[in-house]
Amino acid sequence: MPPALGTEQIGIRHLDQLEAEAIYIIRETVASFERPVMLYSVGKDSTAMLHLARKAFWPGTLPFPVLHIDTGWKFKEMYEYRDRYVKGELGLELLVHRNAEGVAAGVGPITHGSRVHTDVMKTQALRQALILHRFDAAFGGARRDEEKSRAKERVFSLRDEHHRWDPRAQRPELWNIYNTRLRPGESVRVFPLSNWTELDVWLYVKREKLPVVPLYFAAKRRVIERDGTLLMLDDDRMKLKPDEQPTQKSVRFRTLGCWPLTGAVESVASTLDEIILELIASRYSERQGRVIDHDASGSMEDKKREGYF
Amino acid sequence: MEPVTPKVDAARLLDEWLAAHERKELLRFLTCGNVDDGKSTLIGRLLLETESVPLDVLAAVEKDSRARGSQGEKTDLAFLTDGLKAEREQGITIDVAYRTFTTEKRRFILADTPGHEQYTRNMATGASTADLAILVVDARNGVTTQTRRHTTITSLLGIRQVIVAVNKMDLVDFDREAFERVRIAFEAFALKLPRRETSFIPIAALDGDNVTMRSQRLGWYSGPTVLELLETLPVDAALNRVDFRFPVQLALRPSGDFRGFAGTVASGAVRPGDAVVVLPAGRATQVARIVTFPTEGQSEVAEARAGDAVTLVLADQVDCARGDVIAHPDNRPTLSNRIAAQLVWMAEAPLTVGREYLLKHTTHETPATVSRVVHRLDVETLESREASELGLNEIGVVELRTARPLVFDSYGSNRATGAFIMIDRLSAETVAAGMIDASAMGHWLDPTNAHLRASMSGVTTAERTARLGQVPVTVLFTGLSGSGKTATARALERALFDLGKTCVVLDGSAMRQGLSRDLGFSAADRSENMRRSMEFARTLNQAGLIVLAAFAAPQEDMRSRCRTLIGAEQFLLVHLAAPLERCRERDPSGVYRDAAAGVLRDVMGIDVPYETPRDADLVLASDALGPDECAQRVLAALRSRGAIR
Repeated sequence: MPPALGTEQIGIRHLDQLEAEAIYIIRETVASFERPVMLYSVGKDSTAMLHLARKAFWPGTLPFPVLHIDTGWKFKEMYEYRDRYVKGELGLELLVHRNAEGVAAGVGPITHGSRVHTDVMKTQALRQALILHRFDAAFGGARRDEEKSRAKERVFSLRDEHHRWDPRAQRPELWNIYNTRLRPGESVRVFPLSNWTELDVWLYVKREKLPVVPLYFAAKRRVIERDGTLLMLDDDRMKLKPDEQPTQKSVRFRTLGCWPLTGAVESVASTLDEIILELIASRYSERQGRVIDHDASGSMEDKKREGYF
Repeated sequence: MEPVTPKVDAARLLDEWLAAHERKELLRFLTCGNVDDGKSTLIGRLLLETESVPLDVLAAVEKDSRARGSQGEKTDLAFLTDGLKAEREQGITIDVAYRTFTTEKRRFILADTPGHEQYTRNMATGASTADLAILVVDARNGVTTQTRRHTTITSLLGIRQVIVAVNKMDLVDFDREAFERVRIAFEAFALKLPRRETSFIPIAALDGDNVTMRSQRLGWYSGPTVLELLETLPVDAALNRVDFRFPVQLALRPSGDFRGFAGTVASGAVRPGDAVVVLPAGRATQVARIVTFPTEGQSEVAEARAGDAVTLVLADQVDCARGDVIAHPDNRPTLSNRIAAQLVWMAEAPLTVGREYLLKHTTHETPATVSRVVHRLDVETLESREASELGLNEIGVVELRTARPLVFDSYGSNRATGAFIMIDRLSAETVAAGMIDASAMGHWLDPTNAHLRASMSGVTTAERTARLGQVPVTVLFTGLSGSGKTATARALERALFDLGKTCVVLDGSAMRQGLSRDLGFSAADRSENMRRSMEFARTLNQAGLIVLAAFAAPQEDMRSRCRTLIGAEQFLLVHLAAPLERCRERDPSGVYRDAAAGVLRDVMGIDVPYETPRDADLVLASDALGPDECAQRVLAALRSRGAIR
């Protein structure tokens, strides 16, 4: 006799609850929208979300494509992992979109700064891709615990015809009954991991034995310290300032974005178990390494209003 | 980040941590109160003192709050939760925010909901998924219209535990009288609401008095702090674990030979082999398999319970689609295209009788029209007022007519199948939250009236099972008079007792000498006697006891009601099938003799028909076997069900 669901393995009745909630949300989306897409950022949250989607439709396959908004500035190991796992191992249909105008204009974080780079290569690129493919629902791996404007986000978050978020015009979301009606031109972002925490994601990665980008694990890496942030030298596009001296440090990443904008943390946690233990002991937030959040207080909210994920 | 000392045995350490945290319960709660009552400050305090605020976030908040100077030199803790820029500028919370935090004892998800009137809908949103509410009241202002409104909404949405935090005690010189005035005013108002557990705590959130630490300045208060209550009040899972309901989300047909129905079990439980019906059409079939994503090569499970997301494969090729509900045939939800419901109206444009809206209920969407506003609730006085429409933030009872029938339960007995939302077809906005009130249907089986809710038990089913060494069931012995029902029940009582089990025998004579002394033997009175007996059995089951019920229960319909009332999972129907001739020969109570003499009427098998059960879990030839052997057979059935070991 096979075991019942939720048998008492590691800490895990509440992970079962979170998993079931996410699967319910993913299935509701597919049942209610014509052209859903799953955004895939190559990070641990995206990977957990992708796995949940595979679970939701098993033994069938994913009824929607997976989209990576590529700024061109991701870490090399992220590209390698993406191609190996998503395209190779899972054999999924992966759409990759880059903002061609941005590429032509040579927009990048080093030359243009984090604000312009994020706006052109992420926010605008995403908008272009959604319009190009006429997607009406886009899954994202954002969690409410990441940042305070995210804490107010709905599970089904409405965007107007310009893909903008209006925090004052959010729909009430009662029980698990989601209003999925749209007016012409509107779309939704769907966040199945809303109630997950960073720790939940890592426990889930462990339980489900999911592969993640090796950058999450501590290793000796060549870094410089700039404005209090440890930046890893991933290729030669970053020009060092005269007083900057690259050093070898044991570091890892808690969150992965564009490499010149993502700070590493000093750590010796080189296995999954050690990462989880480190997290349990840590009193700093995951996004402390994200340069874009620090542009100005309220900056994530501004980006979201403009259409950033 | 503090690095962990390298290469200690991480796997072992993690196992220890997981073992210590695996039993942690999840409590969802919401906080509500007026603008400026200090909700956000209270939450900030809770987060800060449970070490749930990352240090970099705290540093940013300290910087922001010094820049704005809203609390002088002190850090404005409200900035921790008032996440949106517009809110920080206006100094108010304009939308519901969700936070997760963990203590040694529990994991919490809190919904911070706004206080001012135009955003009442957000409070209903927060309340819809919460088990507990903290109402923050300013000690200087006492109970206000908003307090009353919020109390009513939490009550309507089924929250049975409330903490009234009387805040800003520092501004009334920590005066006990001020606190008592709030408590008395609140209790006077809440008397008119369904029963709930209410705790009152005097606090000063700004400085942290009685939030997580006991206050010296409020020495006259000896009760628990806010956090102590959050960690100890019982968790109401809000899940109905008895009545199996499975709203179908999607039909999965990845290949020619697989056809499954994906969904989340809304309530109750299901196992492969269970007989089921697909509603509203009522097609009968069986559950062939319960399928999930393979874990260690295993893709089938033996049971799916409330909250589990699974895929059901049915035995037959029956029609089944999104919006249908799969249930057990002997425990069906109500099916109707007319419902009565409580509504919280959330739109600027008032509810209009006769206008068509969309109604979304479980996974089903159907056009619906409000045929009548029964009354509006005055949240100040809790009195019903005549009304022809409902305006923004008004609450009322309405009758609705749906284009397609709904498959539902009353909200009081099943949140998952009793809740719905209404959507405006043009604006696509959510305009109302609805709670179906099946008591308005006058159904025999309605165990609850929306205004009469049972208080919560702090003892869980699992705890009772562990102590008593048994899973409660009700065994209903049915059969003709003289078939040996009471004798078998008594023999089984002895056998169970000798095994160390705890059970109660209920029979017709005992009921009629006590609880049902006022009833006669008409069909209606027999039915009422059964209802009382089963209600009593249900209560005993809830207390963890096994009930052995010996009743003639001659009608199929009545027995099926018994099964529904007790819950199919906890019900065992045993038919003692002795022939009428043998019963008449035995005639232990003399009823056949009296019937033959014409002094007794309404005797089963003589002038009242006995409908032979077709759904008995066990049929025993009691005349041949005798009470002891019958008792042994039932004992074996209880063992195989897992009720006893």
